[in-house]
Amino acid sequence: MLNWLQYLGRSGEHIFERLGKATLFLLQMMCGLATLFKHPRLLVRELYSVGVLSTAIIVISGLTVGMVLGLQMYNTLVDFGTEDSLGPVVALSLTRELGPVLTALLFSGRAGSALTAEIGLMKATDQLSVMEMMAVDPVKRVIIPRFVAGVISMPLLAAMFSAVGILGSYIVGVGLLGVDDGAFWSQMQHKVSLDRDIINGIIKSFAFGIVVSWIAVFQGYDAVPTTEGVGRATTHTVVHSAFAVLGLDFVLTAMMFGDN
Amino acid sequence: MHTSRTIEILVGVFVAAGLAAFFMLAMKVSNISSFAEKDSYVVKASFDNIGGLKTRSPVRIGGVRIGRVTAIEYDDNKLEAIVTMHIYQKHARIPKDSAASIYTAGLLGEQYINLDPGGAEGFLKNGSVIEETQSAFVLERLIGRFLTQASGTGK
Repeated sequence: MLNWLQYLGRSGEHIFERLGKATLFLLQMMCGLATLFKHPRLLVRELYSVGVLSTAIIVISGLTVGMVLGLQMYNTLVDFGTEDSLGPVVALSLTRELGPVLTALLFSGRAGSALTAEIGLMKATDQLSVMEMMAVDPVKRVIIPRFVAGVISMPLLAAMFSAVGILGSYIVGVGLLGVDDGAFWSQMQHKVSLDRDIINGIIKSFAFGIVVSWIAVFQGYDAVPTTEGVGRATTHTVVHSAFAVLGLDFVLTAMMFGDN
Repeated sequence: MHTSRTIEILVGVFVAAGLAAFFMLAMKVSNISSFAEKDSYVVKASFDNIGGLKTRSPVRIGGVRIGRVTAIEYDDNKLEAIVTMHIYQKHARIPKDSAASIYTAGLLGEQYINLDPGGAEGFLKNGSVIEETQSAFVLERLIGRFLTQASGTGK
């Protein structure tokens, strides 16, 4: 019994220690943000590996999610004779929820894990220590460009996901199932509002971008510098990101759309 | 650390594609691209009960959308709801004695204003008030009336 309590206490202590470290790490990154203005090229390189290379999976996932959503929603809506509202249903679910959340989950799998593995291996092979020895701050040189690239990429990717998803449901709904073309877009424009739905979706994806990139770079920077440790850190990145994104999504949804 | 030209171009394309997607969401999906105010004229009508009518609800004649509800206010003196609607300028030939009623699209659909054209010579113009209106059809009231009638005949 006492052993069990001790175990509980130790793991609690461990969690708080990690949280504190992560917060200090975030503050350290915030303080170093100015360095990006001196070396914008570092950011461009990371935007390429974090953002550009994630575009393919985001676009393809968005297209298939939109097509499946169009197909399934049509089957339900047609029973009530309201298949004209396919447009707003798909657009609202994509811009409010599916776009930001699925993009964040895919992003943590595609780019977050790569960030952690890269930084973790740099640490394991002592590249970070070498930088420190050469009086180059590894946080400014390695971590901050990757973090900022993640934060910038996420809203762009989420917007692409939603836009492509709506096109996918348009292809299935209007092209294959025979929903009226005009009704699809006009009902959508009637129901979706810019500030309430689209801007809130972008704010959500921005928040997810900060959280996922933060988790990824912190796990890499804080990894145990062994082969095993880097592998575990990469797994942690994906798992923790998923929990954080889904939990944060509920809180943000309650704050943004809860009053309706 | 050499950054090649290709990478910079690809990053530029990526950012442009993201912004284009956002732009498409804003213009094509949301209601920001609704008609410009200058291409429309304002007509008002007062109703006893507007039911579930909202701003942005459509205004229709014969099922075709010809405008939108832009404001709903409550008049303390007349104890009625004043509905302001913008009608597209190209539909400027609506008889001035047209009647406005609040209909529901389908059984569960949204509510809209339907205009029944009258036979008068003149047309509705900017600032006109539609005199003849019919309130929204409230299901609860109808059921209540039906129930009282049914219990009345049962005795």
